[in-house]
Amino acid sequence: MKDVVVTPEVAKEHGLTADEYARIQATLGRDPNITELGIFSVMWSEHCSYKSSRIHLRKFPTKGPRVLQGPGENAGIVDIGDNLAVCFKMESHNHPSFIEPYQGAATGVGGILRDVFTMGARPIASLNSLRFGRPEHPRTPFLVEGVVSGIAGYGNCIGVPTVGGEVFFDECYDGNILVNAFTLGVVRHDRIFRGYASGVGNPIIYVGSKTGRDGIHGATMASGEFDEKSEEKRPTVQVGDPFTEKLLLEACLELMKTDCVEGIQDMGAAGLTSSTFEMASRAGTGFIMNLDQVPQRETDMTPYELLLSESQERMIIVARRGREQEVLDIFEKWDLDAAVIGEVTPDGIARLLMNGVTVAEVPIAAVTDEAPIYDRPAERPAWQDDLNRLDLSALPAPSDLSESWLALMSCPEMADKKWVYRQYDYMIRTNTLVAPGSDAAVLRIKGTRKAVAISSDCNPRYCYLDPFVGGMLAVCEGARNVACSGAEPIGLSDCLNFGNPERPEIMWQFRSAIEGISKACEALAIPVVSGNVSLYNETMGKGIYPTPTVATVGLLEDADDRLVSWFRAEGDRVFLLGGDRVDVELGGSLYLKEVHGRVAGVPPAADLDHEKRLCAFIKAAASKRLLASAHDLAEGGLACALAESCITRPDGPIGAVVSNPFPESVRPDFALFSENQGRVLVSCGPANVAALLEAASEHQLHISQLGTVGGDAIVIADIARLNVAETHKAWCEGFANALGFGE
Amino acid sequence: MKIAVLVFPGSNCDHDAYHAIKHVLAADAQFVWHKEGSLDGFDGVVIPGGFTYGDYLRTGALAKLSPVMGAVRRFADSGGPVIGICNGFQILLESGLLPGAMIVNESLKFICDYVTLRTETARTPFTRSIPEGTRLRIPVAHYQGNYFADDETIRRIEGNGQVVFRYCDAGGNVTPEANPNGSIGSIAGICNEKGNVLGMMPHPERCTEPEMGSADGRRLFESMLSHIKENAR
Repeated sequence: MKDVVVTPEVAKEHGLTADEYARIQATLGRDPNITELGIFSVMWSEHCSYKSSRIHLRKFPTKGPRVLQGPGENAGIVDIGDNLAVCFKMESHNHPSFIEPYQGAATGVGGILRDVFTMGARPIASLNSLRFGRPEHPRTPFLVEGVVSGIAGYGNCIGVPTVGGEVFFDECYDGNILVNAFTLGVVRHDRIFRGYASGVGNPIIYVGSKTGRDGIHGATMASGEFDEKSEEKRPTVQVGDPFTEKLLLEACLELMKTDCVEGIQDMGAAGLTSSTFEMASRAGTGFIMNLDQVPQRETDMTPYELLLSESQERMIIVARRGREQEVLDIFEKWDLDAAVIGEVTPDGIARLLMNGVTVAEVPIAAVTDEAPIYDRPAERPAWQDDLNRLDLSALPAPSDLSESWLALMSCPEMADKKWVYRQYDYMIRTNTLVAPGSDAAVLRIKGTRKAVAISSDCNPRYCYLDPFVGGMLAVCEGARNVACSGAEPIGLSDCLNFGNPERPEIMWQFRSAIEGISKACEALAIPVVSGNVSLYNETMGKGIYPTPTVATVGLLEDADDRLVSWFRAEGDRVFLLGGDRVDVELGGSLYLKEVHGRVAGVPPAADLDHEKRLCAFIKAAASKRLLASAHDLAEGGLACALAESCITRPDGPIGAVVSNPFPESVRPDFALFSENQGRVLVSCGPANVAALLEAASEHQLHISQLGTVGGDAIVIADIARLNVAETHKAWCEGFANALGFGE
Repeated sequence: MKIAVLVFPGSNCDHDAYHAIKHVLAADAQFVWHKEGSLDGFDGVVIPGGFTYGDYLRTGALAKLSPVMGAVRRFADSGGPVIGICNGFQILLESGLLPGAMIVNESLKFICDYVTLRTETARTPFTRSIPEGTRLRIPVAHYQGNYFADDETIRRIEGNGQVVFRYCDAGGNVTPEANPNGSIGSIAGICNEKGNVLGMMPHPERCTEPEMGSADGRRLFESMLSHIKENAR
C-alpha cells in the first residue's frame, strides 16, 4: 500500500472530487502520500464531515435551560434535576445493515451505546426505528430477521434493554433499508466527560479490542449510493462483539470514577483517525501517535489500514500525565487491551509514526475545520404538484367499512410488533415501567421519583408529500407520544435519512424537513441536542422517502404519573381531545395507502400552538391523576387509535362504544380514517369526569365525550363495528402473516 | 446475614439481583468478582444472568473455570443456599452442580416475555414459603433455555422431586402451548438432590416490585432469607 503513488485517479477512487483533491494539495503545499489521502478521504466523507448538511443543521434550536450539552459531542445531555442528566443520541446504520443485516444492525447498536457511555453515562435504554421494503419483496423477510436478531444479539448481551421503536414498510425502502438506533443513559452532572485532547504532554491511550482489517472505508461506503455490486461491499461491514463492549462499558465507567481522564471518545466511523483528529480539533491541540503501538490482531498492517480500520469496541482516552498506570490497571482487570500510543502536542499538527518513521503529517484544522462545506442547490421538484393532487370525491367508498377497518388493524404497519420486541430483552436493569406497545416507553430513574418517557417517530409518507409539514409533524407526534405517557418533552435527537444530496430535489427535501423540525421544536420549546445525517440512501438512482426520524425524550417528575395508551376498566368514559378538528385530512394516510393503494395529497396540517396546549394539558391531567389512559391518534385516525386502545390492553382486550366526532355530512370512511393531527383519545373513571372537563376548559382545549369502555365490540356510532376477539387475533397475527414467518 | 452476587465478565443481571436483595428486601448484598477464591462470610449465593464470556462457546462453559466456582462448590457442599438464574443456571449445569444441559429455544429465537410457573416443591430454601402448586408470574429472557437431559436423568430428577418449577398456563395447567422454549417436561427450574442448589431460567430478580408487572419473584428471595435466618439460630 505504501508504494501506491497518489494521483488524481487514486483520489477519485477514494471518493474525493477533483476540487477536493486540489484543495488537499494546496493545503499541504505538496501531494499527499497514500496514508494522508486516506485520512482526508474519510474525514471529508459525507458521513464524517457533514459537508452537504452542515449549513442547514445550524437552523436547529439547540439551546434551552436544561441543555448541558448540545450537538457537536458524542451525544447530547439534558438536565433532569437533582444533579442528574440524561445523555442520548440517535444514529443511522443503514448502509451496513442492507449489505449484512445482522452485523450491520448489531454494530449500529454497539456504536450508539459507545457514544453514550463515552460521555460518562450509564446506558439504560435503547430504541430503534426500522424501515423496510414491501413485506412481499423477496429480500424483506431476510432483512427483517437479520436486523432484528442483530439488534437483539447485541443489546441483550450487553444488558441494555431495547424498549421500543418503529417498524415501517414501504416500497421506497426495497433497495435501501433504514436502521436508526437510539440510546439513552443517565449521568451525574459532575461525571460528564467530553472528547477533548487537552493538556500538552498528556498521554493518548488506546483501549478495547485489537485493530484488524475490518470495516476499512466503512464511512466512505456509507457516503455513496448502492448499485448492483453492493454485495461486494460486504467486507466493509464491521463485526460486532457485544461481550467486549460490555467489558469496555464497565471498565470505562469504573475509570471515570477516578480523576485520571482528560477526554475520551469512541472510535466509530473512520476509527482511529476521526477520534484522534476530532478530539484534537475540539481542544485546539495536536498530537503525535506511534501506530506500531496500536494493539493489532492481524499481522503486517499498514499505517493506512490502522488509521482507517473500523474494528469495533475501541476507545481513545487522553489521560492526565503520570496517571497512565491507573488507566492500564483498570483495563487489565477487565481483560482488555490498553496501550499508550501517543501524546498531546501544542502545535495543531498530527504526526503519525510507524516504527519511528513519520508516515503522515497534516495540520488538524485542515482535515477538520477546513473540510469542504457545500451549499448544494435545492429545488422543489416539478412532480411535487402532481403528487399533492388528490380528489377525494373520486375515491370509491368501500362496500364494507368494518372490513376495511380490520384490514388496517392487521396490516404490517399497524399490527402488533410482538414478533419483533419479544426478541429484545426489554426488562433488564428493572427500570421498564411501560414496556413496548404503548405510545412511549417509560423507565424509572432508580434512587429518585423520576422517570423518562422515550419515543421515536416519523411518518415518511407525510414527509414525501411535504417535507416541511412532515418534519413538523414528526416533532409533534414525538411530543404527543411522551405527553400521552404523562411526561414533559425536554429534548430531542434526530436521524435524518435522505437520498443523494447532489440532486436538487433531495436537497430541497432535506432543507425543508430541517426547517419543519426547527419550527416545531421552537414552538414546543424542545431543543435538538444531538443527531446524525445519513445521505445517499439510494439504490440504482431510486431514493427513499425523506425520513427525518426524531427521538423525543420526556421527563416525569413522579413516575407514578405515568400513563398507558390502553383502556383500563369497563365503564371508564372515553373522550377525544382536539375533536373539533373536522376537516377531512387523508393525504398520505394509511387508509389511502392500504385500502386504495395510493400515496398522494397533502399531509394533515400542523397547529403548533394547539399541540403545545395539548401536551401541557395531558401532563397536567396526568399529574392530577385524572386519566386512566391516553393515546395519540396517528396512522389510521380515530378508528385505528380506538381499536388499539381496546386490544393492546395487557389484561385482555376490551370493547368500547363511541360516537362519531365528525359532522354527518362527512363521508363515513373519511370520518373513521382521517388523520387530523393534534387529537388524543383519553379515558377516565366516571368519578373524574367533571374534574377532567374543568381542567380541559382551563387549558382552553376542546374535549368531547365520545363514549364508554366495555363490551365485546368496538363500535363507532352506526358506521362501523368490530368484534374485539377477532380484531385482537388479526392484529396479533398480522405482522408474521405479512412476512410469511408463521409461528 | 450477607448474600453474594457473583460477577463474571459478561454478567448483566448482577445489578438487578443486587437491587432486589439490597433495596427491595433490605438485606445485605455484596458483589463478588469471579476471580475471588473464597465465599467465607456469606450466607447465600446468587449467580446472576448474563452472557458470561459472550456465550461464544457453550453457555457457561468458560465461567465454570473461574476461581469463584470452586468456592461455590464448597459452599454448596456445606449446604449453603445457591441460586443460579438464567445464565447462572447454565453455569451450574456446566459445573455439574445440577444435572442436564441447555439447548437453543425451539423457536430458534431469543424470547423475552412474562410466563407463568407452577411451583412443584417447597423443599428448597427458595420455595420453602411457596406452597406446592402455587403459580408465579415471572419473566423469561433467554436464547438457550430449552432444558434437556437423557431419559435416565429425567426419571431420576422427577423421582427425587428435583423439579422445582414448570411452565404452565394461567390456570396452572402444564401444556405444550405454555412451554416457551421446548424444555423437556416443561421444566423451568431444578434443584440438586439435597435441595440447596436451585437453577431456574426465569428471572425472579426482575419481578420483586409490583410496578415491574409482578412481585412474585420476591417470594423466592424472602424464602431464602427466612431459611438463612432460621439456620443461623
